[in-house]
Amino acid sequence: MSAKPLAPAIEGWHTMQVKPHLIGSQCTECGTYFFPKQNDYCRNPHCNSTNFREVELSRTGKVWSYTNACYKPPAPFVAADPFVPYAIAGVQLETEQMVILGQVIEGLTVDDLKVGMPMELVLEALHETDDDIKVTWKWQPLTQ
Amino acid sequence: MSDEIAILGAGMHPWGKWGHNFVQYGVAAAREALADAGVPWQDIKFVSGGATIRCGYPGFVAGATFAQALGWQGAEVNTSYAACASGSQALAAARNKILSGECDVALVVGADTTPKGFLAPAGGYRPEDPDWVRFYLGITNPTYFALYARRRIDLYGDTLEDFAAVKVKNSLVGSKNPRARYRKCFTAEDVAASAMVADPLRLMDICATSDGGAALIVSSLEYARKLGKPNAPRVAAISTVTPTFASGVLEMPDIATDSAAASGVEAHAYRSMIPLKAYEEAGIGPEDISLAEVYDLSTALELDWIEDLQLAPRGESAGLLRAGDTALGGKIPVNVSGGLACFGEAVPAQALSQICELTWQLRGEAGDRQVEGAQVGITANQGLFGHGSSVIVKK
Repeated sequence: MSAKPLAPAIEGWHTMQVKPHLIGSQCTECGTYFFPKQNDYCRNPHCNSTNFREVELSRTGKVWSYTNACYKPPAPFVAADPFVPYAIAGVQLETEQMVILGQVIEGLTVDDLKVGMPMELVLEALHETDDDIKVTWKWQPLTQ
Repeated sequence: MSDEIAILGAGMHPWGKWGHNFVQYGVAAAREALADAGVPWQDIKFVSGGATIRCGYPGFVAGATFAQALGWQGAEVNTSYAACASGSQALAAARNKILSGECDVALVVGADTTPKGFLAPAGGYRPEDPDWVRFYLGITNPTYFALYARRRIDLYGDTLEDFAAVKVKNSLVGSKNPRARYRKCFTAEDVAASAMVADPLRLMDICATSDGGAALIVSSLEYARKLGKPNAPRVAAISTVTPTFASGVLEMPDIATDSAAASGVEAHAYRSMIPLKAYEEAGIGPEDISLAEVYDLSTALELDWIEDLQLAPRGESAGLLRAGDTALGGKIPVNVSGGLACFGEAVPAQALSQICELTWQLRGEAGDRQVEGAQVGITANQGLFGHGSSVIVKK
């Protein structure tokens, strides 16, 4: 990897520290969480709120399900050449009671995963541009 | 019951990768359905089209496009788009028109021409579009099918052999369907030898995209009687209900589910919701079903649908499969058309093609694929963002 600066692949969706958090929002009236952020209308059918606070979501959870990508996805995905398959996990956050999809860190395969397995959020490169390295959230097995 | 409508005719252009304009397929299907019904085109009062979004403006206004192609004759038109559930919504529009008394006989038609390769979202930097986000992060359609399949393995003990058995079962009946695209009888070894796409799903576990067209002629029961077809199969229910908040199932193309953190919310996924409404509307239960056409976007998804339709308790549909109960000649045959496994998906035509199959089955005209004594059939299919449709057809 080059010495280019790191930049988020999608601006404002996660913090950039070593132990990162996804940035979501929470309805100030009913407590429903949203990721990506929702700041305009609450989707809880029992709530008419238009007020939200920005929150950092839990950075650990348990595997809801998992798979991998054996073939290169189409654009806007930017693939390495040659394409390197990667694992994918949906992880259930306990406090927020929601499942969030993401790639699993490089080097792990589906054989390393199991439904219910504890996972944590990290940042890893998604692709490189002329100016910087675009990073995004990925899941890895929780290390105590 | 007074809220039923009759299916007078069904027609399909064979599925394939023909490379023609979608209108050609729709017209062929419509003409076959009109001939099957014995209704002259000039008598059709309402043309309800399923839209295709990949064929330019004519696809966006599909109802008018088909009406023009068949020859303007003054009918009213409608176009519905709901991804793979488009056909059901187009049928619902026709049913509303008929039951309100505004029209007595209608054409419902959908057709598609699919491009080569992946279906990709519009370009640019568009994080406000969940479809753009998930492709950017490397999440394709098979990802979602594979997540559901993996849960079946880890939670219910389903095996790769079970998934392959679905393909083998569907390809055996599909080989007898002249309208199907893939008519080869595949073996478990063929499936196991195909490339892994999204673990645990291999290439032959996942449906392709196809060109095709399907059409129905539907009418009031009174019109059917006057036409001398009092015993035509009837649409007894059309369900397009949404899930209820907060659905905990990852649905294409979202990268996150709803949050169920607020008090008082009770989540129901759409796949289990839509059959409930269909059964209630038809006044029947799962025990009355003779056959089902379900959306096997993947082999494993057929097993999920069987449980969502309550034809088996949750987690037990692989048992039905292993016992041969879901095969032609079994207790509850599923996808005797060959399903998506043999057709591939022609989005706006697919929900209508399921109803075409039920129509021929209930009339006893399905030939080598005939389910003996078929009385009631149900369909289920999937749109996007967690919605879909289910239609019940009965004798």
